Amino acid sequence: MADETIDVKGLSCPQPLVETAKKLRKMEIGKTLEVIGDHGPSKKEVPEAMTKQGQQVLSVEEKDGIWHVLIRRVK
Amino acid sequence: MPKASIVMFSGDLDKSLASFIIANGAAAAGWDVTIFFTFWGINLLRDPAKHASKPKTTIEKMMGMMMPNGPDAPKISKMNMLGIGTSMIKGRMRGLKVKPLADMMKDAKELGVKFLICDLSMDIMGLQKEEFSGIVDDFVGVGTYISESENANITLFI
Repeated sequence: MADETIDVKGLSCPQPLVETAKKLRKMEIGKTLEVIGDHGPSKKEVPEAMTKQGQQVLSVEEKDGIWHVLIRRVK
Repeated sequence: MPKASIVMFSGDLDKSLASFIIANGAAAAGWDVTIFFTFWGINLLRDPAKHASKPKTTIEKMMGMMMPNGPDAPKISKMNMLGIGTSMIKGRMRGLKVKPLADMMKDAKELGVKFLICDLSMDIMGLQKEEFSGIVDDFVGVGTYISESENANITLFI
């Protein structure tokens, strides 16, 4: 289980990305965040942006159009 | 970290939305982002609740009244149709759960985007520092834009 979860279902570009970044900034280093969304391009873009930021993407899963991205804040 | 420098010139609603979507996307990915507000763009940063401290000339007062005041005021650059088009776009944005421009600007600030105002534009438009919202980081000249852009990966004029 992730330490924190945010639900960005129904939000479109660039909100899933922005909400993920805002949330992660407020979390302690080492904690994990699960992002749940349904905006197609963000399934790829959220993990990509977090990797570029230097964070660790632990998993990306999708079922019935809903994706879950698990991220660990490492910096 | 990669860097983006954006010149926000037009101040139109549609173009401002594009600027902040790019700025927020870049900032979310950890980029350093600076936006230089110049000419019509500086009106986005006016705070309708704030007022000038020094007396204004008649022309300066007129300009202040005619130009959009704050992030809720700008119109779209095409198909405005006396405001009908702008209302329609705002309605569609609400339907799609897209944040209004003012909220995107707050997100940008929270993600560390720098807001700089061109001080020459401020003088030309007859506006004063006290009329701008607290979101503004600094009032600068073109030299700051150049040095911020020197190592920028992208620079945009919108």
